[in-house]
Amino acid sequence: MTQAAAIEFDHVAYGVGDLSAEFSFSRAPGSVTAILGPSGAGKSTLLNLAAGFLAPRTGRILINGKPVNDLPPPERGVSMVFQDNNLFAHLDIRTNIGLGLDPALRLDAGGWRQVETALDRVGLAGFGKRQPASLSGGERQRVALARAFVRRRPLLLLDEPFDGLGPGLAADMLGLMLEIRAEVGATVLMVTHDPDEARAAADQILLVSKGQIAADAAAAGFFERHDLPELEAYLGRRPQP
Amino acid sequence: MLTRSEHRASRAVGVAALVLIGLALAAPVSVLVSQGAGSGLAGTQGDYLLRITRFTLLQAGLSTLLSVALAVPLARSLARRPSFKGRRWLINLFAVPLALPPLVAALGLLEVWGRNGVANNGLALFGLETPFSIYGLSGILIAHVFFNMPLAARLILPGLERLPPEYWKTAANLGMGGLSLFRLVEWPAMRRSAGGAAGLVFMLCATSFTLVLVLGGGPAATTLEVAIYQALRFDFDPGRAVLLSAIQIGLTLAVMLGLRLISLPTEAGDTKGGATDRPDVARGWRALPDALLIAAAGAFVGAPLVAVIVSGLAADLGRLLSDAQFWRAAGTSLMIGLAAATVSVSLAGLMVRARYSVGEPPASVWLSLLSGLSAAAGSLTLLVPPVVLGAGWFLMLGGGAGQLLAPLSVIVLINALMALPFVIRVIEPAHASAMERNGRLALSLGITGFNRIRQIDIPAMLAPLATGFVFAVALSLGDLGAIALFGSDRIVTLPWLLYQKLGSYRTADAAGLALLLGAATMVLMIIADRLGARLGPASWAGRHQP
Amino acid sequence: MRSFRYLTPALAIFVPLLAGPAISADKTLTVYTYESFVAEWGPGPKIEAAFEADCGCDLKWVGVADGVALLNRLKLEGDRSEAGVVLGLDTNLVAEAKATGLFEAHGLDTAAVSVPGGYSDEVFIPYDYGHFAVIYDSEAIANPPTSLKDLVEGDPEQKIVIQDPRTSTPGLGLLLWMKSVYGDDAAAAWEKLSQRVLTVTPGWSEAYGLFTSGEAPMVLSYTVSPAYHMVAEETERYQAAEFSEGHYLQIEVAGMLAHAPDKDLAREFLAFMMTPGFQNEIPTQNWMMPAAPITMELPQAFSKLVTPEKTFLYSSDEVAENRAAWIEEWLGAMSR
Repeated sequence: MTQAAAIEFDHVAYGVGDLSAEFSFSRAPGSVTAILGPSGAGKSTLLNLAAGFLAPRTGRILINGKPVNDLPPPERGVSMVFQDNNLFAHLDIRTNIGLGLDPALRLDAGGWRQVETALDRVGLAGFGKRQPASLSGGERQRVALARAFVRRRPLLLLDEPFDGLGPGLAADMLGLMLEIRAEVGATVLMVTHDPDEARAAADQILLVSKGQIAADAAAAGFFERHDLPELEAYLGRRPQP
Repeated sequence: MLTRSEHRASRAVGVAALVLIGLALAAPVSVLVSQGAGSGLAGTQGDYLLRITRFTLLQAGLSTLLSVALAVPLARSLARRPSFKGRRWLINLFAVPLALPPLVAALGLLEVWGRNGVANNGLALFGLETPFSIYGLSGILIAHVFFNMPLAARLILPGLERLPPEYWKTAANLGMGGLSLFRLVEWPAMRRSAGGAAGLVFMLCATSFTLVLVLGGGPAATTLEVAIYQALRFDFDPGRAVLLSAIQIGLTLAVMLGLRLISLPTEAGDTKGGATDRPDVARGWRALPDALLIAAAGAFVGAPLVAVIVSGLAADLGRLLSDAQFWRAAGTSLMIGLAAATVSVSLAGLMVRARYSVGEPPASVWLSLLSGLSAAAGSLTLLVPPVVLGAGWFLMLGGGAGQLLAPLSVIVLINALMALPFVIRVIEPAHASAMERNGRLALSLGITGFNRIRQIDIPAMLAPLATGFVFAVALSLGDLGAIALFGSDRIVTLPWLLYQKLGSYRTADAAGLALLLGAATMVLMIIADRLGARLGPASWAGRHQP
Repeated sequence: MRSFRYLTPALAIFVPLLAGPAISADKTLTVYTYESFVAEWGPGPKIEAAFEADCGCDLKWVGVADGVALLNRLKLEGDRSEAGVVLGLDTNLVAEAKATGLFEAHGLDTAAVSVPGGYSDEVFIPYDYGHFAVIYDSEAIANPPTSLKDLVEGDPEQKIVIQDPRTSTPGLGLLLWMKSVYGDDAAAAWEKLSQRVLTVTPGWSEAYGLFTSGEAPMVLSYTVSPAYHMVAEETERYQAAEFSEGHYLQIEVAGMLAHAPDKDLAREFLAFMMTPGFQNEIPTQNWMMPAAPITMELPQAFSKLVTPEKTFLYSSDEVAENRAAWIEEWLGAMSR
């Protein structure tokens, strides 16, 4: 491999005691990784470390081969989408997206055109002047994706972004996310608790348990494996009737 | 869930309570008006009234501006630093000025900001010859900021803390700088509560009495309330007192109507200490501006309190405690407080019950009138400030001189009415939820009437009733407004005694007394707060500053 | 419902209050006076002891902020007042006090009384006098004002504490002093002086307390005041400023009330007031000049005091006629 990993955790340790975690893994550019695990296992901690919201105790985080431990969040080349509250509720849709282009909102006409294009791309053309509260949950997540789209950062971090949208809608959104990822050329780390979502979207899996990576494997056939006690416990599998 | 007869009884006593409150408010006002109609206007009086009104508005406006302008960055800094050591302690400290009798606070402020105080001695170290004066406008402003800046900060802070943590992560992720974050996220979140806080602070400062009385600098720094007091006790000029009262009522009415437009914030200081750190905020030496601001605010609020404690402990507390005059004043204060609290809690209970009985929406015009009036009764007592209320009764009783029971009853009544809005606010939600819980059950068990009140309703509401009661006692204990008009050698309360000691410059005695009085009210306020905390976030935010 | 059952304790709370203060001794004389007269360090306690030794009665002082407030209180109380004697009005207020109809002629021989310019009245008896003066802290002020004009026009950063003429006789005295010197221009002078006024207190004791605690370098008091500091504190730090225009004179008086519960006792007190038993306490306790013979020697310090060459004094009728208007004028000028 001549190309640097899109993201690499090199013995990254965080916290102490019961809440401690340590991660080591790396991902190639353009890959889509689903991060699975029981709640409290440290999935969000992993994303927050990558985004720069949390600082590791020891170890190195590299993005595109560059150590980013000392870089503040905006300089890491990361876009992030949460489950909720991605949009500032008091700002209209176009402002919310525009902030992705310039955090002080100094946009010229070209900037605003880009915003409109992004809205169009996620199927929300003409929604620019509306307030987030007047949109459905799925529509709001589309806006968040539109913002990630205009930002065009190489690493896209998703924290259970389509949870609570219902199966049909979540599948649509997943598709949209994958398209956008392809257009931007981003590497994706996606926390999910839905095995189906992981199966449909991811080509790789990170199974996190008790602050450790229990499994780092290809997605294909992963859920059919029976050699991982953590996976058995996570899926709550019992003998088929 | 009440029976037919319970409904009838609830409404009947509700009406009775309303009539009592109405009389207590209307009688003095009508006396003021009729007395005022009888006396003419002196030549230069118009000019004087205009200036007093202008100064009242000016000092209230400036106090509000300063308080809120300082509270906004302070609240922002506190929100940016959600987990430093002593944060919870500091936020509690910010609640102390509200609970403190204004007179006690004034003493502390004099110690810190007086000619020989810490502040001026500090300035002198830097070679500043001209000392800062605590008297006049500057003193009034400092005192009002001391009381209201922490209040405003506590009102504004929750607006920021309620924002979801994702906002800060998104802001950090997008790289929003401090300025654009303030403009686009923080200020919009603070704007509403800052506006509400500004309205409330303006109202409190426009009706401020004690602080202006002690720290005002003569006729040039006099507010309407103090001028009313002076017109009665200095000049015995009812005509002028009436005119001033009319202006004061008009002013508070205008402010209250204005407040309706901007909606008052209700939750204060409901803060989640120990929340996760803000990823958008820099640490290390770049935390210095926040740290300095927070430390300065803590020192500003804390110093006068420390001064009260230090100089109080330096006083001869033993001699003070063996003084019969002190115990007489303490006894009178306590009796007035207990009586006022009993009246206040009873009236509040009756009105809350009546309002519950009327239901939502009211079934008839009369019932909706009853409901509306009970709701308004609380605010009405804010509309007619204690000094105005006292002024009316003062004229009715011919100054109350040589009398004992009548002026005492009036003081009790005024203190009870002052506490009423806050007692209602504590009792009403608790009553509603108690009814929700027990109503059907009581009805199905056939427990009605007195039995029900004794066995079910009162026990279920013991905590809120106690909270309201203790709060009313504390409020009454620190009040100078009512006693200022009626105080005499026969009726001496602790604040009145303190005011006299301060006046005759028995500084050591005053300091000791201030410490005792401050400690007593603080203990009561803490008890009320602890009791109230069990009911959920009760708010003392709107406490009238006597 | 709940109301009557649970309001009863509220009413019960009033019961101890109804009892009021205990009444003791057969004969009681209540004397209304100003705050500083009855303070622990004032003449009140010693005079009380001296009078009670002979009268077989209980002398009860009631201290009111200051002299003018005394008159206000009497007007308020009317004939309900429990007072027998009022001590602490001054000649400026005499006409107004008589107009209330609350006072009664004392019928006593006042030959022993001697005050500057002489004063004789069938209702009020002088008990001391003094000249108003601005007292300054010589450690804070190097060049004290040498005239009222100097005071009015001096450096606004050097503050003075004055008393409110609506409550205090020194406050009223300054008002009349300014009127004596400035006449119709008094309002403008007050407006200018207000720049130098740190604060206006209801009584003399508040003002003097602020001064001695260092809040202001000047205070309105009496020419005798420095004697207190020389005698009691052995310091010449506080001095009276001599004003070239002259000083306003104050003669403090006492009178008995028509509704006095025991008129004989009230008269007895007024007679006692003119004897050395009372007068001896005036110079070194009230720090004023005695209005009748004393049997003690004045301390050395009294010879070092400012003795005004010219004095002002309005007749009490003139004051009664104009006081309300002049106070209006003062309020107007001071609130500007």
